[in-house]
Amino acid sequence: MTWGVGHQFPGATYAVTRADLVRYAGASGDFNPIHWSDRVARSVGLPGVVAHGMFTLALASRALTDWIGPPRQVVSLAARFTAPIVVPDDDTGAFVTVAGVVTASDGATATIDLTVTSGGTRVLGATRAVVRC
Amino acid sequence: MPLDPGLTGRTFDPTEPYLVSREKIGEFTAAIGADRCGDVETAPLTFPIVVAFKAMERLLADPDIGVNLRNVVHGAQRFEQTRPLHAGDVVTATLTIESVRSAAGADLIGTRTEVATTDSELVCTAFATLVHRSNPS
Repeated sequence: MTWGVGHQFPGATYAVTRADLVRYAGASGDFNPIHWSDRVARSVGLPGVVAHGMFTLALASRALTDWIGPPRQVVSLAARFTAPIVVPDDDTGAFVTVAGVVTASDGATATIDLTVTSGGTRVLGATRAVVRC
Repeated sequence: MPLDPGLTGRTFDPTEPYLVSREKIGEFTAAIGADRCGDVETAPLTFPIVVAFKAMERLLADPDIGVNLRNVVHGAQRFEQTRPLHAGDVVTATLTIESVRSAAGADLIGTRTEVATTDSELVCTAFATLVHRSNPS
């Protein structure tokens, strides 16, 4: 499948709760306590428990594969972790929104720039995927 | 104390062989809420972090390096994939320190982790930038 430069994929919004962070910690093996303990998070200068950057990137990749199809289509995915997502200890959590636009295409591969925000703040920077068309 | 730039180029021993299972793929996929579309054999794009993280723990545990997980922030991540991991793959992760530099009171550690099958098929390369503050306030 090919997409022209400028093609915009439909944005997706995902809720992230403390329970999601616990589940991701178990699934990924990243048990850094800043992702589950307010006490430890505050001791290192954070306002409270924050989401794993890799969980946010996984949500971006989830949107990506919803747009383009199976994971085998992806050549590369990159991001910088620019701002932490503070996840409150309630039943609502935080929200992560992922949008994407095709910025280059040569017929064989397409470059998709992703915009990943939470509460209006960009939480991932320079987020870019290269996919096979 | 800042990290020694002489660590650049150091490669750690590969992690123990890891069998990718349907169950672990299912657990990871559920954790990120992804739709499996009936495919229980193919791992999500960022799944290799499960193995790459084990390689990073090897770096963190090294007494010569002196990095504490609590003082480390994940600065950036890139995956270059040859193919997705599949259930039944047996893989190891091998981490190399690609760069060490100081900026704004922190050490930036650039790492490259190759995830390969025990038959030496490179499946994915994961590049991580770790930001280490040795003297947190």
